[in-house]
Amino acid sequence: MPTVSRRGFLKLGAAGTGAVALGGLGFDLVQARGVAQQLRIQGAREAHSVCPYCAVGCSLVAYTSRQPDGSVKLLQIEGDPDSPVNEGRLCPKGATAMQLATSARRVAQPLHRPAGATEWQPISWDSALDRIAANIKRSRDATFVTQDANGNTVNRCEGIAFAGGAAYSNEEGYIATKVMRALGVVHLEQQARV
Amino acid sequence: MTNHWRDIRNSDLILINGANPAEAHPVGFQWFMRAKLERGAKMIHADPRFTRTSAVADMHLPIRTGTDAAYFGGLINHVLQNQKYHEEYVVNYTNASFLVKDGYGFTDGLFSGYDATKRSYDTSTWSYDADADGFAHRDLTLQDPRSVFQVMKAHYARYTPEMVSRITGIPADRFMQVADMVAEMGRPDRVMTIVYAVGLTHHTTGSQLIRAGSALQLLLGNIGRPGGGMNAERGHANIQGNTDNAISWEILPGYLKMPAPGQTGIADYVAQSASKKSDPHSWNFFGTNYGKFMVSLLKTWFGDHATADNQYAFANLPKPAKNSSWMSIYDNALQGKMKGVMLSGMTATSIGPDSNQVMKALGNLEWLVVMDPLPTTSSEFWRAPGVDSTSVKTEVFMLPTTHWIEKDGSFVNSGRWMQWKDQVLPPEGQSRHDHWIMADLLMRVRTLYQQQGGRFADPLMQLTMGYADPRKPTLDELAREVNGSDLATGKRLASFALLKDDGTTAAGNWIYVGSYPETGNLARRRMGVDDPKKNDPTGLGFYPNWAWSWPLNRRVLYNRASADLQGKPWDPARAGIQWNGSKWVGDVPDYPPTLSPTDPNAYLPFIMNGEGVGRLFSNSMADGPLPEHYEPVESPIANPLHPTVSASPVAFLYDKAAGRPNRFGTVKDYPYIATSYRLTEHEHYVTQHVPLLVGLQPEPFVELPVQLATQKGIRTGDKVRVSSMRGKLEVLALVTPRLQPLTVDGKTVYQVGIPIHWGFVGIPADNDPSKGANWLANALTPFVGDANARTPEFKAFLVNVERM
Repeated sequence: MPTVSRRGFLKLGAAGTGAVALGGLGFDLVQARGVAQQLRIQGAREAHSVCPYCAVGCSLVAYTSRQPDGSVKLLQIEGDPDSPVNEGRLCPKGATAMQLATSARRVAQPLHRPAGATEWQPISWDSALDRIAANIKRSRDATFVTQDANGNTVNRCEGIAFAGGAAYSNEEGYIATKVMRALGVVHLEQQARV
Repeated sequence: MTNHWRDIRNSDLILINGANPAEAHPVGFQWFMRAKLERGAKMIHADPRFTRTSAVADMHLPIRTGTDAAYFGGLINHVLQNQKYHEEYVVNYTNASFLVKDGYGFTDGLFSGYDATKRSYDTSTWSYDADADGFAHRDLTLQDPRSVFQVMKAHYARYTPEMVSRITGIPADRFMQVADMVAEMGRPDRVMTIVYAVGLTHHTTGSQLIRAGSALQLLLGNIGRPGGGMNAERGHANIQGNTDNAISWEILPGYLKMPAPGQTGIADYVAQSASKKSDPHSWNFFGTNYGKFMVSLLKTWFGDHATADNQYAFANLPKPAKNSSWMSIYDNALQGKMKGVMLSGMTATSIGPDSNQVMKALGNLEWLVVMDPLPTTSSEFWRAPGVDSTSVKTEVFMLPTTHWIEKDGSFVNSGRWMQWKDQVLPPEGQSRHDHWIMADLLMRVRTLYQQQGGRFADPLMQLTMGYADPRKPTLDELAREVNGSDLATGKRLASFALLKDDGTTAAGNWIYVGSYPETGNLARRRMGVDDPKKNDPTGLGFYPNWAWSWPLNRRVLYNRASADLQGKPWDPARAGIQWNGSKWVGDVPDYPPTLSPTDPNAYLPFIMNGEGVGRLFSNSMADGPLPEHYEPVESPIANPLHPTVSASPVAFLYDKAAGRPNRFGTVKDYPYIATSYRLTEHEHYVTQHVPLLVGLQPEPFVELPVQLATQKGIRTGDKVRVSSMRGKLEVLALVTPRLQPLTVDGKTVYQVGIPIHWGFVGIPADNDPSKGANWLANALTPFVGDANARTPEFKAFLVNVERM
């Protein structure tokens, strides 16, 4: 019985190799599974991602297709067989990443809960960002220290804290730091501490 | 990690402490298994629980949580007493030969310089005996009683196998079997790795637990070598990158220190922040170039507003008065000093510690913004089970943000590999990118200051936002900004060696210079295992053209130490770098590429620090120059080494400092040790929304030792209440022999295991009659921090257990 490594098998599927190559495996079960996978991702766009969970950094291959209504549908996420980190393997979390990506439980729109309210109220993005910007300015002005008791210039905002976000892209984390430090924020934290 | 995931395959012995990689990092664990199966490596797992990692390890050492410093201390003692250290490495590549100043001492659990009223140390006696240039006196024979080597030997002589066993609960004979295996790893042709996770960091002694492992690795000559190192398994996709990019109160991007009050410009800042040479042959690369990295950062952030005349807008940066870390946020909120908090992809309520106190703090804010794709226990804290919403006066916003797959950008893994990802899907519904929210908010705040004026608006007005759309910067634009450029030519730089302190270069993060040079974004590279012969030329698994690794695509940090003084690898079969007569070859050298090791002016091997060598003894810690065992703040015993100074004398006690009532319990009311942990099927709290994962691990539970459960009449499936001084957990019992009673200081102690994942938000809570009331594991954990990092003691505290 010819053996097919997992990496080789994934690679055959991932590369979009046609039925001829799959037939060349000469093993019915593998062939059947290969064909089923092939049908699932036929004509799909292939993109590269990285698992959003722990910091092993498993590479993912994601398949999408454009629907008749113009929307993009996520068909499948699987481990990237070329990665020197995971060689195609995924744990239960990575293997179900698709359910995180396309959850029906997502928050649909910005929400606002005024002081003492018992329910969320929908709010537009524009109103939400305006209100938050006004809060930031008010709290910043109220707690900003330009000089400390020893006469040192310290220019810090003591009354606003920002914390996040371990699933930021690197570049998002960078701009979070940049913006918060420009506001003078000293309470700037993320998951590494805890 | 000093090394990287695939490199663990190169190891002969794998010590795993405070980690459970088979379950928490299962795909990374394949490299442990391949070391075992392909090269016969041995694996030792020291952990309170017998886990799937223990099941495939060569030995599981049941250890009392929080006592790893005693375990490592015992190993250090064994290596020193039996001359099993790597002598050439220890003499030349560590500070073993440096002489310590007169006045340094350690008595009854206290290092010299302790101030009991301030609960802190004056660390001035923890330094080297140095000449007028600041260069340390050295004794290369290691015989001087003031040498670091002799000081260390005396310090750890107390860590006998019997003492290790008395503290940790590990049987002395099993400890000795491991000690003998570890001692073999000082041979040049052997190499050991130490792998750890938050089981080491989440203690009031966390920083020193890691230093203890590092010191052992230096003694064995295993730092800088393929298959060696001190390797942290990090728990979140880009927690490494966000640390590098300084979403942390005490640093700026690239681990530059935050400026401090009293510093007025670059010169002051560098003088007080950068390391200084303590040996004439030290390069002290970081310290020497500190000003260049800082000026390049200020040029990046403030552009033309940063000039030589205004100290490159140094005044624009905030100077914190005091520690402003995670717990300080909620501590300040409880004191009414914190007005608003923004939480992006982090839920304070579940993370804790002391979730009930954290919820009280959130309720004491004027406003809270939660940015997340899914509801969290923080966005919903005001309507948690049992909370009267009308009494919570905090204004709360929930901003729906995009998932990782709806944006591009890079993730940096534990091994420092920066891997670019594509945008696969468009943003779902109304959700927006976090970075667009951030930029948009800044622009709106700017408008308000333009219209209304306000306090010191210079930094936010002057901040460079020169993106094609300032409200919607692309991650590609930001990646280029992070990499930096020559401001005269506009060309992106290929190395941080090109950065200058005269305002002619810019770089958002010096350690990422070279990730996106003019040739393109190197984090996108994909030359992987499809062609190992071509893509892995050394055969050691570096894969230099897969993604990019900071700094400068180096795959093993400190790799100069992988070769001897002549530049020959300690082990030719596992060469990190080697001198070929004209240059260093192998990995990207952590050394000048063409500097001969025998050049009279050759630098010492550790080019980044002031000493030029690895630090067995360090004056940069807040709680001691040598790791010492201290009990967790809540512990069932007094410290057998020094009962009067049982716990860390400098751990930060937030409640005490703020004048709040004591919230620590004692063994009288809370007789059992608890430790928290994570399961394979969940990631922190977000997976409470993922149906398949909830299906695999549907309900909260605690693991109880069989003997304890029998005493209490508790069977698997019974509902139990686990309580600490701070809160309670009401969940199912899982009775298991995986947790064995330990004999500690002559007493039998029980340890209880608590998975952290559940709370009052998510599919399980929705489906439960109680709506997940009393499911927060961190309702139990203490509000206390490590003296250095202020990391909470999530992993060792006292509880009681009752059948409900």
